[in-house]
Amino acid sequence: MQDPSVEMRGIVKKFGSVTASDQVDFSANAGEIHALLGENGAGKSTVMSMLSGVYRADEGEILVHGLPVKIRSPKDAARLGVGMVFQNFRLVQSLTAAENIVLGEKSSFWRGNKWIKNKHREIEGLAERFGLKFPVDRPIWQLSVGEQQRVEIVKTLYRGADIIILDEPTSVLTPGEVEQLFATLQVMKQAGKTVIMTTHKMKEVMASSDRISVMRKGRMIATLATAETDELELARLMVRREVEITRQEREASVGEPLLVVNNLDVIADHGRKVLDGLSLKVCEGEIVGVAGVAGNGQKELAEVLTGLRTWKNGDIEFDGQPVKSASVRGAIDSGISHVPENRMKSGLAGRLGSVDNLLFKSYRSDEHSKFGFLKAAKNRSWSQALVERFNVKTPELDTPVQQLSGGNQQKLLFAREVSHQPKLMVAVHPTQGLDVGATAGVHDLLMELRSTGSGVLLISEDLDELLQLSDRILVMYNGSIIGESDHEHADREHIGLLMAGIQNKEASAI
Amino acid sequence: MSPKNTSDAVLMNSVPAKPGKRFPMRLEYDASRTRSPWWSPVLSIILALLLCAVFIAANGMSPITVYEKMFRGAFGTSYGFTETMVKAIPLLLCGLGIAVAYRISVWNIGAEGQLTVGAMAATAVTIYFPDLSSFWSITLMLVFGTAAGALWGLMTAIPRTHFGVNELITSLMLNYIALLALDYVVFGPWKDPKGFNFPGSPMFTAAQSLPVLGTTRLHIGLIFGLVAVAIYYLMIKFTRWGYELRLIGANPTAARYAGIHIKKHIIIVMLISGGLAGIAGMAEVSGVTHKLMQGISPGYGYTAIIVAWLAKLNPLGLIITSILFGGLIVGGYSVQTIGLPSSISEMLQGAILFFLIAGDMIHRFRIRRSA
Repeated sequence: MQDPSVEMRGIVKKFGSVTASDQVDFSANAGEIHALLGENGAGKSTVMSMLSGVYRADEGEILVHGLPVKIRSPKDAARLGVGMVFQNFRLVQSLTAAENIVLGEKSSFWRGNKWIKNKHREIEGLAERFGLKFPVDRPIWQLSVGEQQRVEIVKTLYRGADIIILDEPTSVLTPGEVEQLFATLQVMKQAGKTVIMTTHKMKEVMASSDRISVMRKGRMIATLATAETDELELARLMVRREVEITRQEREASVGEPLLVVNNLDVIADHGRKVLDGLSLKVCEGEIVGVAGVAGNGQKELAEVLTGLRTWKNGDIEFDGQPVKSASVRGAIDSGISHVPENRMKSGLAGRLGSVDNLLFKSYRSDEHSKFGFLKAAKNRSWSQALVERFNVKTPELDTPVQQLSGGNQQKLLFAREVSHQPKLMVAVHPTQGLDVGATAGVHDLLMELRSTGSGVLLISEDLDELLQLSDRILVMYNGSIIGESDHEHADREHIGLLMAGIQNKEASAI
Repeated sequence: MSPKNTSDAVLMNSVPAKPGKRFPMRLEYDASRTRSPWWSPVLSIILALLLCAVFIAANGMSPITVYEKMFRGAFGTSYGFTETMVKAIPLLLCGLGIAVAYRISVWNIGAEGQLTVGAMAATAVTIYFPDLSSFWSITLMLVFGTAAGALWGLMTAIPRTHFGVNELITSLMLNYIALLALDYVVFGPWKDPKGFNFPGSPMFTAAQSLPVLGTTRLHIGLIFGLVAVAIYYLMIKFTRWGYELRLIGANPTAARYAGIHIKKHIIIVMLISGGLAGIAGMAEVSGVTHKLMQGISPGYGYTAIIVAWLAKLNPLGLIITSILFGGLIVGGYSVQTIGLPSSISEMLQGAILFFLIAGDMIHRFRIRRSA
């Protein structure tokens, strides 16, 4: 048994009231490919960011090659031979690949043709050794995403990293490029490097890694040798419940179909098909959960339903009326409310106060404005009432909402979206980043909507939340719904496998 | 992204850390602090005065004397004060237009060109309809001036909304086109036949000139400016449109999610922005120069950017800053008599903008005790 090249002990990291990493122990050896597996938000990236100096741990210690170290910045990490390839690359678009790689190097002042030529040769040699082909003298913006990733990897190698962290490396690659990447990882392994890769794709983990560490909700659950495990066990570990979750009690109250989507095709901005023949139905008084790993079309589904994105083929019917074209105002007016994925990015205007933020969707109505003029006094008292009713804690009504806590921001957003009695709510990750209390508050609000006869489409990656709230759970994979179960028969392992795109017989025989 | 922006104080510490050798303070970047305090414009002006004092002193003059002379020249006499107000009018109108656009981050730097085409359109009325009554002359000149400025603004807006062309570039380029078009008409078709071959249109008649106050050059354009500020203030504060602008300015993504058409607003805002600069151009020819000539604007459209920025786009602040900058221009002329070039005022203007922008950046950093 060799000594681990990286060891992390008892790592704790908190963001406000949310614990992203809770007493995590992790170790990886030289000459191995170590996969860090977990759902989105499980804390993989947080832990790796602490190793690479992007974040600093609140507690715990890190040992590199057996020596305790303090990593305060990416520079510190680089000095220790730790290099990270981020999910969104850190490259200068207008510089060539080679220039990006030597960027920050302080060795030489004069950089003439000869120097550049030498560097090109050096970089090409390095790239070739690890099977990473890309044109060194072309600017980054001309390279494909896969090539850009190779530049990133060579950059870390060039800087002498022997512990290389890849954050979700396959998420941007085509299947062919994934094969190539794995071949490269094998070469790095042969060269005695420590390769750590975070991912949520089980198939890739099984195909490429030597050992697997599984994280769930900020905790390290298990570390296994790849040869001694299988996808079924991993899926179980990834989604297993820690405590018996209490399902929200409910009466069956499903009413008329409210939203019917048939064979919906949506083409994304770069020409890829993101929704592929998707069909679903939401009834009045029903919470329909959509499970799935991020990037399988959930975002686009929410955007289509709220009028932000057009679709290519298929029909949408809402409240008995066919929806003809995408229109945000049309969606708002017909009673669809939207709790977007990232509340500060697209849900609230952080610089503005509560009144302005509450008026977002309703300022056009006669109740709030007349002849183009806002009814200032009335809107203020209306906002005050909403803030009180939804128990939003804000120092003043005009305090910029960016100064509120995440939970209070979300309450404010819900206050707005619920205030005009929506027929359908499309909620995307509504409890992301919230602490336990605030999460429970959001869940109560969703249940309340259900009991008043509204439909809820709940898109979430948190399986506990979906199991707790949904009347039916749909599983989304590659732009379509590949599985459905009602809440009596919902089985988290089955759903976990479906989320990973595995539809084999033993899994579907439930 | 905070680690990239932290100072070297953090990065200096090599690994492993030696206790007791760390710098006790560090700088922390906080992107959420987008609003700088109200006193930052005041501080910027003071710092600009101090900086320029060094240059004045290097020229062998006492900064106190020079500043006093400038202040007296601009505000000390009734002649000086009305001259200051005359300069403040185009600054106010252009600055207001710029402020409207900057509210939703549309970076119009084309006020100079929009002002120029406004002046040209107003002059066109005097050339092609020379015998109208006073009321109709002024009204038509105002309408044409505004429309021309708005059109010039539209020529920046449409490429931005429909083709994603950066408005900084188009608005700046259109300035040069406007200025060269002005040269063309004053050297060519509109040249005054009785003007001894000097470039410039014929003098406007009394019916084509804006009324002035007594014997001063202060014209009724001031009322245009003040009315525009009042309307702007009311619109921003109390209307749906103002709310929509506020929303787009604070978070364009969220505005889109609220069903606001941002492209439509960019077009509206550029029409208003250009239109106001067009009014400024009309008021300059009709109220001050009484004819179209080269250099109708000594850079009002550019100075107005500083005016708007210094006022933090606030309508009442705009009145103050435009008068201040009007005074700076007039004060610059008055120091010429003691042997300093009037460009001292341009230097002050530049320094003020420099400190203002630097202040906005520095404001986003906090000094923290290292943990």
